[in-house]
Amino acid sequence: MIEVNKNKCLRCGGCISLCAVSALMLTEHGIKCDINKCVNCEACVRFCPVDALKIKDE
Amino acid sequence: MLMKNEYDAVVIGGGPAGSGAATAAAKNGLRVLMIEKRAEIGSPKRCGEGLSKSAAERMGIKESDPAWVCQNIKGATVYAPNGKFARVDFPDSEGWVIERKIFDKNLARKAAEAGATVVSKTEAISLLKENDKIIGVRIKHQDEEMDVKAKIIIAADGVESKIAREAGINTTLKHEDIASAAQYEMANVDVDQDRLELYFGNEIAGGGYVWIFPKGGKNANVGIGVRKPFAKRKAIEYLNDFINSHENLKKGSIIEFNTGGVPVGAIMKNMVTDNFIVAGDAAHQVNPIHGGGISESYVGGRIAGEIAAEAIKKDNTSKEFLSKYNDIWWNERGEKLQKIEKLRKVVESLKDDDLNWLADHLKGEDLVELSKANKFKFLAEIMMKRPSLLLLARKLI
Ligand SMILES: Cc1cc2nc3c(=O)[nH]c(=O)nc-3n(C[C@H](O)[C@H](O)[C@H](O)COP(=O)(O)OP(=O)(O)OC[C@H]3O[C@@H](n4cnc5c(N)ncnc54)[C@H](O)[C@@H]3O)c2cc1C
Ligand code: SF4
Ligand code: SF4
Repeated sequence: MIEVNKNKCLRCGGCISLCAVSALMLTEHGIKCDINKCVNCEACVRFCPVDALKIKDE
Repeated sequence: MLMKNEYDAVVIGGGPAGSGAATAAAKNGLRVLMIEKRAEIGSPKRCGEGLSKSAAERMGIKESDPAWVCQNIKGATVYAPNGKFARVDFPDSEGWVIERKIFDKNLARKAAEAGATVVSKTEAISLLKENDKIIGVRIKHQDEEMDVKAKIIIAADGVESKIAREAGINTTLKHEDIASAAQYEMANVDVDQDRLELYFGNEIAGGGYVWIFPKGGKNANVGIGVRKPFAKRKAIEYLNDFINSHENLKKGSIIEFNTGGVPVGAIMKNMVTDNFIVAGDAAHQVNPIHGGGISESYVGGRIAGEIAAEAIKKDNTSKEFLSKYNDIWWNERGEKLQKIEKLRKVVESLKDDDLNWLADHLKGEDLVELSKANKFKFLAEIMMKRPSLLLLARKLI
C-alpha cells in the first residue's frame, strides 16, 4: 500500500503510468492508491520526481 | 448543460492530442464531445514550453500568435559535463518558448469552433461495454455521473492514462521509457534569452538533461528530466543542486513548480481496438531524445480524428479498419521517432568522458542533423575514432 505525502505531491500523474496494476488514481484530492490492487512493487515510489510516495505497512 | 448523451466520437482529455483529435473529427463532419477533467484546460502545465517552428508547422500553425509567444528562440547551446559547449544557431532550430496555458486553450477553442462540444471539469470514469464491445463512456460532470454513447472513443488522456488499459491496450511504462521531470518557472534570472540551454552529464542529470528555456524578460523555465537506472537521486535533488551551483539562477525566484512524467520510448505498434483509439502521451507519442510532445501529440490526435471520421462514414469502426491509424502514424511519425529512440539509447550509454570527448568533435550543425534524425552515420564515424565507443557506434548503423 502506498502512502502519499500531500505536501510534496504536485499531482502530475506521472507515477500512474508505471503502475502495472492500475492501483493509482489522480483525483482532485491528489493521488489515491487502491489497497486491493497495489502489489508493493515500488515502481511509483522510485519514479516520483519529488519523493512524495512511500510504501506503508498494512 | 449542453452535453447530449450520444455522439459519434468522444475525445477524453483536452490537451494537444485531444484538441487535435476533436478538431479533425469535427471538421470531417462528426458529432464530437471532448471532455477534460481539470477545471481549466492547460493548467497546471507539465511542460518546458519549447516549440520549434518546424514542429508548429506540423500542427498546421503557420504564424506565431503574440498571445502565446513568450520568447523567440534563435537556437540552442548544448553543454557537455565539463562545461564545454556547442552553439546551434540555424534557421532549422528556430522556435519559441510559449505559454502553454494560453496555447492549449487556443487549441481547444479551435476544436469548439470546428464544431466539437468541449466541456471541462468532466472526467471519464470508465468505458461502457456491451458484450465486451466498447459502446461509450461513463463520465462525471461536476458531481453528476452520466453515460454517453459513442461509436468511437479517442483516449487522449495524457501520461496518467488508464482508459487505454481498460480497453485492453497495455500502455504501462517501464522506468527506462519515462523521464522523471521537475521544473521551476523562475523570475529574475540572468540567462541568454535567445537560446535554449541544455546540459548533459551523468552527475548533472542521469539519463536525461537539464534545460533552461527563456521565457522573456528575466524569466525562464529551468527543469530536468532523469531516468532510472541512470539517475541515482530524485529529479528535484539534481535540479536544486544545479540551480545552487549557478549564480545566475541561484538568485532567482520561483513563480511556479511543476513535475511530470515524459514518455521517451516504448513506441507502440498498435494503438487501436474495436471502437477505440489512443493518441498523444497516452500512446507514448513523444520525441525520445528531447521529450518534446506538444506537436507529436497534436499530430497523433489529428490522425486519430481523421481516421475516426473515415471509419464512421464507412460504418466500419472495427480494429482492422482503425489500424489504418497505426499505419499512417507510423509512416508520418513513428519510423522517425523509432530512429530517434535508437539515438537516445546510444546517448544514454555515454560516460561523462565520452560526452566531453564528443563535445570536442561535434559541431553545432551536426547537432541539428542529429535532432532531426537525418544522419546518424556521420556520428557513428566520429565515434569510431574513439576505441571505447566502437561497439556503441555500431548500434547507430
Ligand atoms: C516537465 C515536462 C516538460 C516538457 N517540456 C516540453 C517541451 O518543452 N516541449 C514539448 O513539446 N513538450 C514538452 N513536454 C511534453 C508535453 O508536455 C506533452 O507531450 C504533451 O502535453 C502531451 O499532450 P497530450 O494531449 O497527449 O497530454 P496532456 O497535455 O497531458 O493532456 C491530457 C489531458 O487529459 C486529461 N485527462 C486525463 N485523464 C482524464 C479523464 N479520465 N477524463 C478527462 N480528462 C482526462 C488531463 O487532465 C490532461 O489535461 C514536457 C513534459 C513534461 C512533463
Ligand atoms: S509522480 Fe509524485 S508528484 Fe507526480 S502525481 Fe505521483 S506522487 Fe504526485
Ligand atoms: S507500489 Fe507498484 S503496485 Fe503499488 S501503486 Fe506503486 S506502482 Fe502500483
